[in-house]
Amino acid sequence: MRRFNRRTQVVFLAALLAVMLLGVYLVGALIPESAYASNYLTAKQPPSWAHPFGTDSLGRDLLMRTLKGLSISMTVGLAASAISAVIAVLVGIAAATGAKWVDAVINWIIDLVMGVPHTILVILISFALGRGLRGLLIGIAATHWCSLARLIRGEVLQLRNETYIAVSRRLGKGSGWILAHHLLPHLVPQFFVGLILTFPHAILHEASISFLGFGLPPEQPAIGIILSESMKYLSTGMWWSAVFPGLLLVLNVLLVDKLGDQLRRILDPSSAQE
Amino acid sequence: MEQKQETLLEIHDLSVSFRMYGEGLSQKDLQVISNLHLRIRPGEIVAVAGSSGSGKSLLASAILGILPSNATVKGHVHFRGQELTPQMQRELRGKEIALVPQSVAYLDPLMRVGRQVDGASKPRPTQQRRRLFRRLELPERTENLYPFQLSGGMARRVLVSTALLTEASLIIADEPTPGMSLEQALEALKMFREMADGGKSVLLITHDIDLAFEFADRVAVFYAGTTVEIAPVEDFRAGPEALRHPYSQALWRALPQNGFVPIDGFQPYAGSLPQGCLFAPRCPHATEQCHRQTPPIREVRGGEVRCFYGA
Amino acid sequence: MALEAKNISFRYSRKEPWVLQACDLSLARGERLALFAPSGYGKTTLARLLAGYLTPTEGQVLLDGAPLPKTGVCPVQLIFQHPEKAINPRWRLKRVLEEGGILREDILDAFGIERPWLDRFPRELSGGELQRFCVARALMSGADYLICDEISTMLDVITQAQIWNVILDEAARRNMGLIAVTHNRHLARRVAGRIYDLSRRQWDAADSNGA
Repeated sequence: MRRFNRRTQVVFLAALLAVMLLGVYLVGALIPESAYASNYLTAKQPPSWAHPFGTDSLGRDLLMRTLKGLSISMTVGLAASAISAVIAVLVGIAAATGAKWVDAVINWIIDLVMGVPHTILVILISFALGRGLRGLLIGIAATHWCSLARLIRGEVLQLRNETYIAVSRRLGKGSGWILAHHLLPHLVPQFFVGLILTFPHAILHEASISFLGFGLPPEQPAIGIILSESMKYLSTGMWWSAVFPGLLLVLNVLLVDKLGDQLRRILDPSSAQE
Repeated sequence: MEQKQETLLEIHDLSVSFRMYGEGLSQKDLQVISNLHLRIRPGEIVAVAGSSGSGKSLLASAILGILPSNATVKGHVHFRGQELTPQMQRELRGKEIALVPQSVAYLDPLMRVGRQVDGASKPRPTQQRRRLFRRLELPERTENLYPFQLSGGMARRVLVSTALLTEASLIIADEPTPGMSLEQALEALKMFREMADGGKSVLLITHDIDLAFEFADRVAVFYAGTTVEIAPVEDFRAGPEALRHPYSQALWRALPQNGFVPIDGFQPYAGSLPQGCLFAPRCPHATEQCHRQTPPIREVRGGEVRCFYGA
Repeated sequence: MALEAKNISFRYSRKEPWVLQACDLSLARGERLALFAPSGYGKTTLARLLAGYLTPTEGQVLLDGAPLPKTGVCPVQLIFQHPEKAINPRWRLKRVLEEGGILREDILDAFGIERPWLDRFPRELSGGELQRFCVARALMSGADYLICDEISTMLDVITQAQIWNVILDEAARRNMGLIAVTHNRHLARRVAGRIYDLSRRQWDAADSNGA
């Protein structure tokens, strides 16, 4: 990858991701339920031209099921990471600009949330809210804002001490104006990088919670469900039922992670000249 | 060969460019130092004077081989008559060539100042270092502090003493005095003077022309990344008539004690350098030739000047 | 009609030593004053106190007999040593200037600010150019007093002379009060009517040729 400079890589990755997202969404939306309906005549078939990913124990086409599952996972991931990024910005700014006790309380909550393993927290929250999509979404969103909130709090604290903010005040600008014109625009890149970097986490958590049986209901073809079901048949030699859906998930996550990382490096002023 | 022996460091036609992002996805090379000349003999202090953007700080990094990875260096740097290769730079750094850097960022943040300045050499030069600290008005307790506990002025003095303790034959001091009181700055420079009198060489990079005039043997004037004039310091004290380049003359006239009269215009930016002589757009004597051709560096009255007409 | 420091002292907290103690100073409009001292005598602190960036621990800073206004455009504007810190790095320079008020062509011309620069970002210009913008911004805000804290220390002498000549012209034309904080005695003599030596706490007799 060294032959391409960082900006080109980002554009390339973003394009690839866009194609994948769009493709998965379109396919996911367009696939009729019949495409992955049960069919006992074709159960447990290894990959073939008719079924490139093979079929599962109920004879459902795994390619179609994986695509559908991925589109659900991505919806959950995107929504959850967007919500958690918004929470992070609000909480981060509140901590940095609010009274001392506000900062203390927020820091305490962050420590608390970060101290408990995410998986357990997500399970508890989504269970409390009644399982299914809504509970899972809120559960993931509520656990993934902490590190970004910390980052933004630090950023705002540093910004507040910038000379140009003090100058702005002496030029007659009020706090609201300074927030809107100096602070928020500065946080936009952080927001998007944070969002993109949370995205793969959210997808993985969604998959793992569903895998454990606490997430989406089993009738929905989520990746976690597919993997969880394939576990039962792995020992009977049905390797394809886990390998292909798993690979597609990992590929997706890696792609988004790489994009987020490259974007962060570009926006990081210390590596700006590269 | 005789000639080369007499010169400690010789820089010849040095150019430094950086690879930068342009519009969109393209990258372009930005030339920040072009056709730079400089020569330092043992026992002298050469001051490099120039404004920010004239490339004077990059010069230090280029000599030491510590430019960022997106920089390209062309031209020749000779040390004791030998071409400086990256490997030689690594070997000479800190031993033969010492740097007084601009900021505390160059110090190890987790090591107490005293140990750090003593360095790895054995026997530890502790007594000598304490003498240096006293001369620079650094209180006794300084040696037990960590770098972050130093004020700006103290940090500079610590950095200066680090370089003075080495056995280096060339000291490159990059803006060593800001933050120091006048007395401390004078003391630090007096110590550089003593080093030079003892046969070492000092390259003093500074924007403070008054200090340069006070302590240097020769002054190299940088403009837009190139050397426009190198002259004995007496010429700068004597006034514009003794100087060879119109930019040096303009510098002299702009000093508060000499008239405070500026010339118009700005130093051109890397990336939009004019053709021909870099100073031509602001030069009162520029002719058509100046706008077309880069003047060569010429020896004039015991100094060097990059101007067709300087005399 | 004056900017006054009445017996002001400053320290960051009770545990810390005084940075500045019992300082009195008065500057009328139209007057030019230089504060001269080596580093470590609280010149920058005094400059910030006078412009309202810091509040004195003891004593008062008065403008025409009243405390400095807390909101609105401050009639006392401070110019910093490092212009790149006084400008939002993400803003184009036109926006930077407009933060001070309406763009004034005459000021842009006086500083030789080329119009294409207005569309650039701060990192694309040198310190000298940025300092012109900082001074221009303060002038466009309609300041009555200008405090210049080592504003040309990091600049080359030609840029220094360019900027100071414009400031001196503007100050004379608009009858502004001017304080130049500097460690350079030559510069102090050149730009100010009287010189106060903060390290010795006395008016520099040799140079004072009256206000």
